[in-house]
Amino acid sequence: MKAYDLAELAVRNLRESVLRNSLTTVGISVGVASLVAMLSLGIGLQQMATRRLVRSGLFDTVVVTSRRDLRNFNRNDDAGGLDPAQSPVLDEPSRQKIEQLPNVVEAYPDLRFITSFTFEDKPHLTMAAGVPFSYKTNDAFEEIQGSFFSSDMAPEVILQKTFAAELLGKTQKPGTEETPVAELAKPLVGKEMTMRYQEKIDVAPPASDVNGSAPSESAEAATTYSIQSHELKLRIVGVTDLDPDSMRGPVRARILLPLKLLQSLHVMQPTGMRDTTQATSKTPTYSTVSVRVKNPGKIQLVEDSIKKMGFNTFSILDATRSVRRFFTVLDLFLGIFGSLALAVASIGIVNTLVMAILERRREIGIMKAIGASDIDVKKLFFAEAGVMGALGGALGVALGWTIGRVINLGTNVYLRSQDLAPEQIWFVPWWLVGSAIAFAIVVSLLSGLYPAARAARLDPVQALRYE
Amino acid sequence: MTTVSPLTSKVAIRTENVCRHYAMGESLIRAVDGISISIPSAEFVALLGTSGSGKSSLLNLIAGLDRPTSGAVLVEGNNLAALSREALARHRLRTVGMVFQSFNLIPSMTVIENVELPLRFAEVDRSQRDSLAREALERVGLSRRLDHRPSELSGGEQQRTALARALINRPKLLLADEPTGNLDSRTGTEIMNLIREFNESLGMTVVMVTHERALAEQYAERLIFLADGRLVDDQPNVVAAEAPSQGGRA
Repeated sequence: MKAYDLAELAVRNLRESVLRNSLTTVGISVGVASLVAMLSLGIGLQQMATRRLVRSGLFDTVVVTSRRDLRNFNRNDDAGGLDPAQSPVLDEPSRQKIEQLPNVVEAYPDLRFITSFTFEDKPHLTMAAGVPFSYKTNDAFEEIQGSFFSSDMAPEVILQKTFAAELLGKTQKPGTEETPVAELAKPLVGKEMTMRYQEKIDVAPPASDVNGSAPSESAEAATTYSIQSHELKLRIVGVTDLDPDSMRGPVRARILLPLKLLQSLHVMQPTGMRDTTQATSKTPTYSTVSVRVKNPGKIQLVEDSIKKMGFNTFSILDATRSVRRFFTVLDLFLGIFGSLALAVASIGIVNTLVMAILERRREIGIMKAIGASDIDVKKLFFAEAGVMGALGGALGVALGWTIGRVINLGTNVYLRSQDLAPEQIWFVPWWLVGSAIAFAIVVSLLSGLYPAARAARLDPVQALRYE
Repeated sequence: MTTVSPLTSKVAIRTENVCRHYAMGESLIRAVDGISISIPSAEFVALLGTSGSGKSSLLNLIAGLDRPTSGAVLVEGNNLAALSREALARHRLRTVGMVFQSFNLIPSMTVIENVELPLRFAEVDRSQRDSLAREALERVGLSRRLDHRPSELSGGEQQRTALARALINRPKLLLADEPTGNLDSRTGTEIMNLIREFNESLGMTVVMVTHERALAEQYAERLIFLADGRLVDDQPNVVAAEAPSQGGRA
C-alpha cells in the first residue's frame, strides 16, 4: 500500500474509536511532556551555570605567570620544568609572543596596584586595576550601571559597587539591606576623582657601564630609575556589581581603569621587585598575563604551548569540566525519569492496539480476503501506532513547553519576592523538540511491533467466521 | 466481450485429491477430504451440499484464503499450496473476486471507499481509483448513495457494493459464498442475474456455494454435490440447459 493511503487509513481507523485512541495519545503526550520538561530544566540549569562561569571572565582564560615569580615556588606541578632562575622573564616581548600563538584572541598584562584616590577632598586607599578594552563586549559588564570606557585611553574609571558605597558613605552594615547598584550609580556617574600614583622613570646609565664585563650583572646594576609622583583626574563612567572577591583576573579590584591608559602611565608596581628593577619602561615586565582563548575547547592546547615557552599557567578548565560532567549526569537522570512516563504510555499503545485487533478481527479478515497481504496489515497497524506517536509527541512537546514556562514563571515570581534577579532556569532547544517527537514515534512504533505482527498473522477464514 | 465456449477454453481451476483437515480438540475434522475436480474457464459452477459438507471450505481453498492439508489446488496454472503468503495475497487480489452471504463490507467506510479498497492494496493511483470504482458500481446498478455507509443501505444494495468490489481488479474468478442467503427472493434474483451477466459478458469463471438446489439449477451450468468433505455427484445442469430463458434476461 502507498504511504499516503496508509496514513489516511490509519487516521480514519483511529477516528473510529476516538475516545480510546485519544486517551492513548494523551498518555503518550504526558510521557513526552514529562521528558521535555525534565530535560529542558536540566539544559536550562546547565546554561545558567555556564552563563555564570562565562560572566566570571575566566571561562576561556589562561593565566600566565613567570616561574621566577616567588609566589610559585611552592607549587609542585612544575616539577621537571626549567629551573626558576633560568626560566624566561614575563615581559612585553613574551606577551607579544603568546598573543601570536594560534587560538589566542588576546594576551593582556595584569596591572594592579594600591594607590590613593581623592573624591570630594577625601582620600581613599584602594586597589586599582587595568581592564582591557575588549571587556566592553564581555558578559562581565553586562549589568553595568552607566557605561563602559569610551576608549582605550580615556581618563575614565568604573567603580566596584562596594567602593561606590564607600565613596557615598553608605557602606553596608551586617544585617541591613544592600543598596541597589542603580541608586549608587546615580550620584556618582559623571563626577571626577583624582588618582595619585608613582611613575617609574628610567635614568639612562652612564655610557662607560654599557661595555661592562659581565652583562647580566651589569644590566642590573646599570638600570637605574627614579620615581615621580603624579596626579590624574578621572571621570566616573560606571558602577558594576561584580563581586571582586569571587572574581579572578582583571576585574578583581575596586577601581577599574582602561588598561592602555594604565600602561602608558608606567605606574610603579609593588610585585616582583627583582624583575621590576630590571625592566625598563620600553620593555616592562609583568607578574601575570591573562590570555583569552578563542573557545574553551582550545584552552588545553594554548596552555601546553605556553608551558613549552617556560611559563606557569593556570585555567579553570578543570572546574568547568567537572561542572559539565555534573550536568551530563543530571540530564541523564532527568531523562530517565522523564522516559518512565513514556514507557508507561507505550504500554498503553500496546493495549490499545491489541484491543483494536480484537475489535477489528473481522475487518482484518475482509481486507485479507480482498487481497491485503500480511505486510499491508502490519503496515496499517504500524501506521496507526506511528500516527498516535506523532500526535502524542507534538502534543507532549507543547505541554512540556507550557509546564516549563509555568515552572520558570513560578520560580521568577519567587526570586522577585526574594529581591533577586529573574533567571532563565528552563530552556527548550530545537533539537529537543525534534528529538522528543522522533522519540515518541520510535517508542510508539516499537509498541506497535507486537500488535502489528499479531494482526498480520490472523487467519482470514477464522476472522471472517468471527461475529 | 463475447461468451467463451467451455469446450475450447482452458482449465481455470483444478483440484487434485485436495484435503483440508482440522484438529478440533481430540477429534479430526475432515472438512475437505480428497476432492478432485476440474473447472474450465468461464464455467458457472454451483457447489451444493448441506451445512458442514465442506463446500465453503473448498471455496476458501480455491480463493487462497486457506491452504490444503494435502493435495493440490491449481488456479490459472498456479499451485496455491506452494505459494508464499505474499503470493497468496496477490492471488486473492488479482485473480479472485469474492462475495459473501454477510456481504463483508467494512462498516466504517462509505460505499465507494469499500469498492476502491482493493485498488489501494493494488497500489493504484488515487486519481484513477475513483473513476474505476464508479464504473464498477455502475455495472452493478448502483449510482446513488455512494457516500453512504453500508449500514445505511438495503441488503441488495450492500451485495451490489460487494459485487462491485469483487469486480474492481478485473479478476478471472468470481467466488460466491451463499450470495443470496441474506436477501429476499426478488433481490436475490437481481443479484444472481448480475452474477450470470458477469459470467457471460466478462467470461468470468463463477463458483457459487449454495444449499438451495433450485437456485443452482436456475443459474449454474454444472452442479457439484458434496457431503462430509467428499465429492458425491458432479453433473451438468440439464434443467438450465433445457430452459428456454437460459442465456439471457429481459
